[in-house]
Formats: sequence, structure tokens, C-alpha cells
Amino acid sequence: MNQNYLSSYVPILIYFLLAMGVAGAIMLLSWLIGPRKPTPTKLSPYECGMLPTGDAREPFSVKFYLVAILFILFDVEAMFLIVWAVVLRQLGMYGFIIMSIFLFLLMVGFVYEWKKGVLDWAPRQSRRG
Amino acid sequence: MHVPLSYYLILSAILFGLGVLGFLLKRNIIAIFMSLELMLNAVNLSFVAFSYAWQQISGQIFVFFVIVVAAAEAAVGLAIIIMIFRNRASLNIERINLMKL
Amino acid sequence: MSVPVTDLLRILPELVLAVFGTLIVLVEPFLRRTQKSLTGYIALIGALLALLSTLAPAMYPGPAFNGLVLVDGFSIFFHFLLLMITTLTIVASFRYLEREGLPQGEFYALLLFATIGMGLMASGNELVLVFLGLETVSIATYVLVGFRRTEVRSNEAAMKYFLLGSFATAFMLYGIALLFGATGTTFLPDIARQLAEGGGMRTLALMGMGLLFVGLGFKLALVPFQAWVPDVYEGAPTPVTAFLSAGPKAAVLAAFLRIFFTALEPLSGSWVWVIWATAILTMCIGNLGALMQDNIKRMLAYSSIAHAGYILIAFAAHSELGIAAVLFYLVAYALMKLGAFSIVSHVSAGEAHQSIDDYAGLHARHPLLAACLTVFLLSLIGIPLTGGFFGKLYIFTAGIDANLMGLVIVGVVNSALSAAYYLRVVKVMYMSEPQGNLAVVPVPASLVFVLTLTVLGTIGLGVFPSPILQFAQQSVLPLP
Repeated sequence: MNQNYLSSYVPILIYFLLAMGVAGAIMLLSWLIGPRKPTPTKLSPYECGMLPTGDAREPFSVKFYLVAILFILFDVEAMFLIVWAVVLRQLGMYGFIIMSIFLFLLMVGFVYEWKKGVLDWAPRQSRRG
Repeated sequence: MHVPLSYYLILSAILFGLGVLGFLLKRNIIAIFMSLELMLNAVNLSFVAFSYAWQQISGQIFVFFVIVVAAAEAAVGLAIIIMIFRNRASLNIERINLMKL
Repeated sequence: MSVPVTDLLRILPELVLAVFGTLIVLVEPFLRRTQKSLTGYIALIGALLALLSTLAPAMYPGPAFNGLVLVDGFSIFFHFLLLMITTLTIVASFRYLEREGLPQGEFYALLLFATIGMGLMASGNELVLVFLGLETVSIATYVLVGFRRTEVRSNEAAMKYFLLGSFATAFMLYGIALLFGATGTTFLPDIARQLAEGGGMRTLALMGMGLLFVGLGFKLALVPFQAWVPDVYEGAPTPVTAFLSAGPKAAVLAAFLRIFFTALEPLSGSWVWVIWATAILTMCIGNLGALMQDNIKRMLAYSSIAHAGYILIAFAAHSELGIAAVLFYLVAYALMKLGAFSIVSHVSAGEAHQSIDDYAGLHARHPLLAACLTVFLLSLIGIPLTGGFFGKLYIFTAGIDANLMGLVIVGVVNSALSAAYYLRVVKVMYMSEPQGNLAVVPVPASLVFVLTLTVLGTIGLGVFPSPILQFAQQSVLPLP
């Protein structure tokens, strides 16, 4: 059985080698055959035709992390919703009430973060003055 | 076609081990954090494999809760990391040594 | 399908806490800056109502939600204990939060949520629920430890606690996964049945048990998994330290006892000696570490490690007497730790004066405060007429009853050793001249309330231990 089992992976192995080979061959060929005449313009990074402005590896604003944190939490909500939706009819009213409580708790969190001003992307006009 | 249970378990153990190694060896907090997630997901793989082997749905339900807890942990962890970065401007774990054992 | 009312009654304390916690989160953003302390009163009402509503599950014990929750004497006892700890922590934090200028609503809400998790751990009869409860506590306390956002030490404590806590969680989860794999269930009595019948895979179950022990040991700060404790206890805001040393510790111990004495009972031959060895290590390392500390919070942190070691003696006794001793000890321990840390939080204003030398001449500045701290420290040593004495007595009795003479001797020697560092603080308070110019800050009324209750409790347990002891004896887990 073990022999059989391993041999069933042979097509995948062949496919793997083939894909690697083709990709490698194309890169090798373009490197061998293609003409190379580097100029400063060609070597500079391409940013939609604009002149590059500084290094792209600078730290992101903390705001992005805040959004990421909030996203993770509300993202997982979808996981439960889908599971519930699949068996919606079997669970009936009971499931509906339970999910309502769950969603209500999430809404509380949402109200909290809204009132705390986490969602204000730019500082509010009134707060500046 | 049937993949034996032991294959899943070995893969899960390897992933968990990699997570432990990463946790112990990495120096950047974010990388340590990713190692933790790897450990949790290795456990999830075990749960699903066992769940299939026993034909018991409860293992899969456990996975849902693990995912949720992992998300909550990730959120809190990221928040702590931001807090540290704001106060110290470094994420190297060796520089966070104000208190000695 | 619907939920019977009795099921809801059996988790009534958790429901009350959830409602009040949510209420605080909803109300807090709408309050003015000067009204924020209102949230503290909401939290206090919530905790007291939850304490009151524990009578409901006490009157209707039994399983709920298809056996997910099991309300028995054991869980009722822990509910009373945990809610008492939360209530006292809330009151002790009133002035602290105002003085340090910390956000109040979130603090109380997180405390209540952590208490829900602790309650679920105490009554969880299913590994899923125990895990969820543990994580509810852990995640809430990760935030609470780092509550002083601008303070680098608090940040650092939060990060260490978070990283090591999550690491422990992963180990515990892997253990649960292997146990599930070995038995095909996460329901504690079913695991026990499977293992007792010799069904399932023995090796896998043993590995799972080992990982589970590592995970829970981390949370309980057993040696060799104690490295995080001093740092976290030092960096956390002091009321949170008090809470951590009493509440989550008791809750994790509840889950520990229930899992090992119910589900893993058939494997007891393999885990009793591990507990035995861990108990010795934990007592010795905890006390030796405490001897070397100059910071009072770190000293109390090591002392709480040592106390976990004493508790393990009763655990290793593996008898109903042992469980009763653990329960009684947890009550006495919670009272003295809460009291001691409340005094520390008052003396070290701004978390600045944490050195033991800062307590020099405390009796001249605050005679009553010094007297209270002395009572707690004497109780931590285990001097007669304090709760700590009877706690240790019952633990050692349980140990002797189970023929663990070696363990008991190590415990007694360690208790004597611990007197050195506790009495050092007492000596500094009464014998040394005050150093520097520490202002005499009047003790706020909320703190007076907490100290009165904890001192009365500590002395009360030392003079009339029998009511609590009887309650503890009625609340033990049934052993086969």
C-alpha cells in the first residue's frame, strides 16, 4: 500500500520538475541571448513614470497597524458567520438568537472604537484648534 | 486515495518544532510573533487530522476557537508591539532588558 | 433546540459579569473626563451582584449546556473566592487609577472579563471551555499588565508576559490536541473513561499530558517555568500584580486540579511524581530567589512562586484531604497577597518607591499601615493566629497523611527559610530610621476598606478556621 501511495505522487513530482525546468530555462536564455546596454535611467527603479522619492523600506505609519489590528478582529467574525450560514435552517431560532448576541457584542466593540476616534483617519478639524 | 494519520502528525510536529525554534532563536519581536502563530497552526493541523481519524466533529470545532483566540492574541500582541516601539524605537528583543532576572 | 432556564442559572455569575463589562465598554466613551470614575462603581456593583448571583448555581448544581459546564461544590467554592478577589481588586484600584492618571473604564471592564474567564475555568468540564476560559483571562491580563502605556517597565512586562504566555498556550493546546487524538474526545469524564478502559493510545495520552502540564505550569509559575514572574509582577501596575497573584493563579489551579483529578486520574501513576519533584523545586527556587531581592514587588513575586510550591504538596498528596487543603490555602493566600500588594500600591506612589529600604520607618509615618503589612507578612510565613498558619498546617497534614514525609520536611524547612526575608521587611519598618523625605500620604477610604477586610479575614482564618475549612471539605472533587 505504501508503494502505491508514494507512486501516486509521481505526477506531481514530474509537474514540479517541469515547471522548475521551464522557468529556469527561460531565465537562462534571456540572460544568455538578450542584449545588455545599461544606462542610469534603465537602472533606476520604476515608479509609474515619476522620479523615485526616497527608499520604499521606510517604516509605515502606526495608523496602518491600528487598522490591521481592527481588521484581524472583525475578519474572524466572518468565519463564524459562514459556519452559521451553512446550517442556518437546522439551527433555526436558537442559532439566530445566539448569533445576534455574538454580533451585538461585536457591535459594542465597534461603537467603542468609533467613539474613541480610532477610525478618524485624519485629525479632526475641531481638535486641531 | 488515503493519506495515513501519522503523516499529518509528523508534519504537525515538525511545524510545531520549527515554531519553537523560531521563538527561541529569533531576535525580532515580529518574527517571534510569527513563530507563535506557526505553533498554533501546527496544533490546528493535528486537531483536524485527529478529528478525521476519529470521525469526531469536536476537533474541528476546537480549531475554530483556536483561530479566534489566535486572532485576539495577535491583536493584543500587535498593540503591545506598537506600544513598545513608540516608547523605545526598537524591536530587538535583546534591548528590552530593563529588568533583570 | 432551546436553552433550559437552569442552564442559564448555572452560569448566572458569568452572565452578570458579561452584562456589566459590556455596559462599561458602552458607557465609557460617552462619559466626560471627570465622570470616568463612575465606571468603577458600575464594576463594583457588577462584581457584588455576581457574588450574590453565585447563590443561583449553588442552589441548582449540575451539568449545563450538554455537560460543557459542570456546577458542583468545587466550582461554587472557586466562584466565591474569585469574585471576592475581583471585588477587592476593584475597590483597591479606585484611588490608584486616579492618582496614576490611567484610563478607568477599560481597566474595570478588563477585570470583569478576566473574571468571566476565571469562572469558566473553575466550572469547565470540557477542554474547549477550559481553554477558552484560560485565554479570556490571559488576554485580558496581558493588556492589564501593560496598562501604564507610557512607562517602559510596564511595556516590557506586558511583552514578556504576552510572549511567554502565548508560548505556554501553544504547548497546552498541543497537549489538548494529543489527548484528543489519544481518546477521541475533549470531554473530561469521557477522557477518563477511555483511559481507564485502556482504550486509546497510551503513549499519545502521556505525551499530551506532559505538554498540558508544561502549559499549565507556565501559567501557574511552577519552576522551571517561573522566569517571567518577577519581571511581570514588578512591571505591572500594583493592583494588577495583586490580582495576578491571587485570581488567575487560583483559577488555573482549579482547572489543573479538575483536569488531573478527573480526566487524567487513570494516569495518576505517571504524574504524581512529576508534581512531587516540581513541588520541591518550586519551593526552594522561590524562597532562594526571594532572599536575594531588594525590590518588594519582586520579593513578593518570588514568594508567590514559593507558595505555589506549598500548594503542590497538597496536590501531590492526591487525596480529598489534599484538595480541601488547597482550597483553604487559596483563600488565606488570596487575602494576604491582596492586602500586602494594596499596601505596596499605596506606598510606592507613581510606582517609584518599590525598594524595601523605602519602608524604613514606615511605622512612624503610618503606624496602622505598618501593622497591617506585618500581619500579612507573618501570615505569609505561617505564624499561628493567622490564616497562613492553618493553611500550611492543613497542607502538611495532607502531605503526612499521604506518606509524603520528604516533601513535608522540605516544606517546613522552606517555611523557616522564608521567615528571613519576610522579617527583614518587618525589621526595616520598625527598626530603621526613615530615609529621604517620603511624604505622608493619607490612606484613602477605599484602601482602608480593603485593608480592613483582608486583615480581618487573615486573622479570622487564623482564629476560627473551621467554617471555611468545612466549606472547603464539602467542596472537594470526588475522587474514585
